[in-house]
Amino acid sequence: MDELIQAWSERVRQAAASGGKLRIRGGGSKDFYGREPVGELLETGACRGIVNYEPSELVVTVRAGTPLAELEAALAEQGQMLAFEPPRFAAGSTVGGCIAAGLAGPRRAAVGGVRDFVLGARLIDGRGDVLRFGGEVMKNVAGYDVSRALAGSLGTLGLIVELSLKVLPRPVAEATLRFEADEADALHRLNAWGGQALPVSASAWRGGGLHLRLSGASAAVEAAVARLGGEGVDAAEAEALWGGLRDHTDPFFSGSTPLWRLSLPSDALALALDGEQLVEWGGAQRWLRSERPAADIRRRVEVLGGHATLFRHGDRQGACFHPLSEAMMRLQQNLKNAFDPAGVFNPGRLYEGL
Amino acid sequence: MADRFEEPAFGAVERDFSQVDKARLVQALSRVLAPASLLYDLEDLRPYECDGMAALRQLPLVVVLPDTEAQVVEILKICAAQQVPVVARGAGTGLSGGAQPHRFGVVLSLARFGRILSIDAHARRAVVQPGVRNLAISEAAAPFGLYYAPDPSSQIACTIGGNVAENSGGVHCLKYGLTIHNLLKVRGVTIQGEIVEFGSLALDAPGYDLLPLVTGSEGMLAVVTEVTVKLTPKPQLAQCVLAAFDDVVKAGDAVAAIIAAGIIPAGLEMMDQPATAAVEEFVRAGYPLDAEAILLCESDGTPEEVAEEIGRVRAILERSGATDICVSRDEAERLRFWAGRKAAFPAAGRISPDYYCMDGTIPRKRLGEMLRAIQDMEKKYAMRCINVFHAGDGNLHPLILFDANKPGDQHTAEAFGAEILELSVALGGTITGEHGVGIEKINQMCSQFATPEIKAFHRVKAAFDPAGLLNPGKAIPTLNRCAEYGRERMGRTSPQAHPDLPRF
Ligand SMILES: Cc1cc2nc3c(=O)[nH]c(=O)nc-3n(C[C@H](O)[C@H](O)[C@H](O)COP(=O)(O)OP(=O)(O)OC[C@H]3O[C@@H](n4cnc5c(N)ncnc54)[C@H](O)[C@@H]3O)c2cc1C
Repeated sequence: MDELIQAWSERVRQAAASGGKLRIRGGGSKDFYGREPVGELLETGACRGIVNYEPSELVVTVRAGTPLAELEAALAEQGQMLAFEPPRFAAGSTVGGCIAAGLAGPRRAAVGGVRDFVLGARLIDGRGDVLRFGGEVMKNVAGYDVSRALAGSLGTLGLIVELSLKVLPRPVAEATLRFEADEADALHRLNAWGGQALPVSASAWRGGGLHLRLSGASAAVEAAVARLGGEGVDAAEAEALWGGLRDHTDPFFSGSTPLWRLSLPSDALALALDGEQLVEWGGAQRWLRSERPAADIRRRVEVLGGHATLFRHGDRQGACFHPLSEAMMRLQQNLKNAFDPAGVFNPGRLYEGL
Repeated sequence: MADRFEEPAFGAVERDFSQVDKARLVQALSRVLAPASLLYDLEDLRPYECDGMAALRQLPLVVVLPDTEAQVVEILKICAAQQVPVVARGAGTGLSGGAQPHRFGVVLSLARFGRILSIDAHARRAVVQPGVRNLAISEAAAPFGLYYAPDPSSQIACTIGGNVAENSGGVHCLKYGLTIHNLLKVRGVTIQGEIVEFGSLALDAPGYDLLPLVTGSEGMLAVVTEVTVKLTPKPQLAQCVLAAFDDVVKAGDAVAAIIAAGIIPAGLEMMDQPATAAVEEFVRAGYPLDAEAILLCESDGTPEEVAEEIGRVRAILERSGATDICVSRDEAERLRFWAGRKAAFPAAGRISPDYYCMDGTIPRKRLGEMLRAIQDMEKKYAMRCINVFHAGDGNLHPLILFDANKPGDQHTAEAFGAEILELSVALGGTITGEHGVGIEKINQMCSQFATPEIKAFHRVKAAFDPAGLLNPGKAIPTLNRCAEYGRERMGRTSPQAHPDLPRF
């Protein structure tokens, strides 16, 4: 493995010296995401395998090119999981791509996002230096927390070669309930439940139906089911529902109408934009399928206190991610320059010029 | 092309600020601040000469106490224009010297930013100014059945701004996370006087996620002027198990066994016998005095959930050889169990004129090894050390007892501490889990990180603060310092730990 990393680091050095660009790719399951990828392909698949897994330490260290499926199977064997439920989108998706994309699934609002589970990382920066940040322990405040900042950086800060992630035990019990509710009613209920000590682990609202998943100790789940009412959903149906939302195999996500991911305060008002909608994360993530001009969508979302991502389809030459303030953009540019001064990695994938 | 980003000037050697002109600085600041908000007489500066790490003292040139964010902006612009170091300060309870003043600098106290701006119970968030005390947030949220989860033992005094700057933890962070996991948005001012918001009221923000960089950055990247925290619903019930062990290693193994069983307790703490004795004398928490180690394991949730979990925990503790197990019968008893743990530092202060608190984190399974090594070090340095641990997450707080008035004691304590920190790194851990590097552990950063990482940290710093004016000399060592420390260590240990460090 050292040889591979050595070779990659040399390749990065040469690219930096010659104005070359590298397009980092794991399983290619997120090729659709962000602005149009450009550059010479660098595939991470050869950097594969679990380096260290200590179930009783709740930590796994894994090479970036390891398929998510392989990692998740190893965790499941020990009754553990990646609690943020990363979407897999396709069979080959890798751990490195999962962290770089920074996308989390249905459990996000309950347990935290991708960065909350990153404990350490090893990466090759744009100078070809191999750097190690963080580590395998839960609490670590030595140096700036660079490894967490890699979550969502879309490979533009460096080539991630290894990650240490916090893992959690799988819940003992799970139940899914369904309620009739319109959008405003659903948003209100979700926020109200959020303020109570309930084991809510996922939620989804669309077209008048609100689904709620409860996970945890059997006693806690049973008590919550008894208290909340609603209609029970059988286990197989529930698994298909949450799996479909997690991996975007749900019919909501098919078709070629632009798909927008709107990230909002959980209590933000109803969207009032035309298009089909799906609400997750207790109201904090709202998917919208709409042909409306980007400017209209962004304006509305700003009023509601959030930001909008053009997630799939639509114009990938323009901005996919929400525009930043001038001061913030300068900081982001500076950070990019700090790690990748020659602009080798995934140029323009996140923002034009980053 | 690769030179587009120059290496920050302060990365190699410490910047010299001796040219700062105090009179000129005071004059400029007096245009922004009322006389009562601008201190520069010796007796007014005294209260600011140290933080919780009282052994390190340094007077600043000036202390400013702004009331508004607009004043913070102006102060930072003045300091940037005159190239003056700025050290932000909350309550000054930090344990690593992070808020220690700079000799040629300004201390920017956020003490007057003490207002809770809003509590939104429905959305479960609070917007607070940085000088608000940690506990005050939970108190204000209590009527809504909510609280702010991270609970450092210093929570009655420390500020949320300081918590953000240190990424502070508490006894409940195993289940509820550190400061970073409980923040939505941090608003700050850069040294250029620009207002920037990190994070958002949603669960993420566009672009690079700078919130984890700013959190734990020890006042080196921006001055925090507003914090939006998540509030957590109060569990219906919490109960605490107190277990005694006749062997420290057995207690450590019990901790691993609980986690391995798929249980994430709300808190999981350990104290060794000398620590228990010190605390017991002070607060009478009801700890068994004959035990070599005690564990505190808290369970929270619905009454059914708690009963189920406590049952499982009890069985594991029994199997792990606990000699005595006692479950809190009511809230008063639960709080009494915790009062002991939370009073560990002051208790150390009562049995010894001074104590030096370490903060390494190691993989839990190495706990026994670490404890044995510390026992050996007690002999080697002829100095006592009592141990309290956030055992659930492997974060150790060995408290080295010494007397600063005894010649050489301070130095011996520092050497003792340094050895513990270096062992933490060697065991696969880190030199600091929650108290920060500050100036205290700046040398040990050179053991934990090699030159390329140290350089990368300086570049991150320069991305926010190119002139290196915010809290200079803290958290990230210069390459020169690491080279010197390497030379010094080489005298003590061989083979050389970091052959890749440049030796100037
Ligand atoms: C008895 C005792 C027990 C403790 N227990 C714990 C514990 O359980 N867990 C834990 O994590 N810590 C603990 N601590 C350490 C300390 O309380 C924390 O680090 C706390 O977060 C510091 O807050 P403060 O307001 O006192 O900050 P200060 O000490 O004033 O400052 C700490 C650092 O933050 C920076 N800073 C402060 N405010 C700002 C701001 N607004 N913007 C930018 N930078 C800022 C300072 O420059 C400095 O680098 C304990 C300390 C004591 C004395």
